[in-house]
Amino acid sequence: MFTNAYIVLTFKINNIIMNLKKLIPVLALAGTLTLATISCKSKVSDTDLKAKVETVTSGHPNVSVDAKDGVITLSGTVASDDEKRQLEEAAKNVDTKHIKSVVNNIVVELPHIETSVSDADLINKVIDATKDFPSIQADVKDGVITVTGSLEQAHVQTLKMALDALNPKKVDMSGLTVK
Amino acid sequence: MALLDKYKVLLDTANASGIDDLRYAEQDGVLQIRGTAPNADVKNKLWDIYNQIDPNFLSGDVVMNIDVSSAVAGSQVRVITQNSNLNIRKGPGTDQPIVGKAAKDEIITLMSRANDQWWLVRTKDGEEGYCYAQYLEPIG
Repeated sequence: MFTNAYIVLTFKINNIIMNLKKLIPVLALAGTLTLATISCKSKVSDTDLKAKVETVTSGHPNVSVDAKDGVITLSGTVASDDEKRQLEEAAKNVDTKHIKSVVNNIVVELPHIETSVSDADLINKVIDATKDFPSIQADVKDGVITVTGSLEQAHVQTLKMALDALNPKKVDMSGLTVK
Repeated sequence: MALLDKYKVLLDTANASGIDDLRYAEQDGVLQIRGTAPNADVKNKLWDIYNQIDPNFLSGDVVMNIDVSSAVAGSQVRVITQNSNLNIRKGPGTDQPIVGKAAKDEIITLMSRANDQWWLVRTKDGEEGYCYAQYLEPIG
């Protein structure tokens, strides 16, 4: 009885070992495949990551994206600090799993706003704009409108709106008496 | 950048109010602000805030030129003179002869924008000519 049981047990153990041996090449192959998939994935990833980040920077034609080993580099120019920060945040959040970090090399370039260049043209426009304000005097020099005289408070904003609409360099109303 | 801090509330409000193409820059000690508001209310709100920060605009450190996008040809505009009638002129300029008048608060039709200062309008009575744009406020 005892011998019989022993034989049966040994047989079973041998069987298991045999099966494991058979499994080894299969496991090894699976391992190789997994490794291959991972390394293959990380290579595609940089291109993928770049494409993903580009979807959030697409509204900013002057910004370019680079990806290397999971590190995203943003470069180019934007019009404000806020925009620069927002783009960095957006880039980080595109794929928090695969993006290791974001290098923000974006330069903030404030837009230049055109102001009136011709005093002759500006003077004519100021004459039109101030026609209804006989109690004030407006002079133009080097693109700056200087207002003197006196004006009721209720009309000050109307005057300032009309003068700002002419795109001067400055509207100096410090010499205006507000009644 | 001190002006950006002084007028932060104004710029933040502009940013949050759907101002298309909002641009601003400090140039020669003056904060230049440009953009197009979706309607006259937004434009007026910005001017109220500006007036609160710099009462009566006496500092002279901002030039704000905000257009209103609803001011397109064929739209209705309200005459916003202080109390007088608005002159309608033959051509764009105060040197042009007066061809008609529109009353304060009258609603007239914007035919076209000759330039930023002068708009071609038509009254309900069919009078047509140029009005000073600052006295016309787009409706809606």
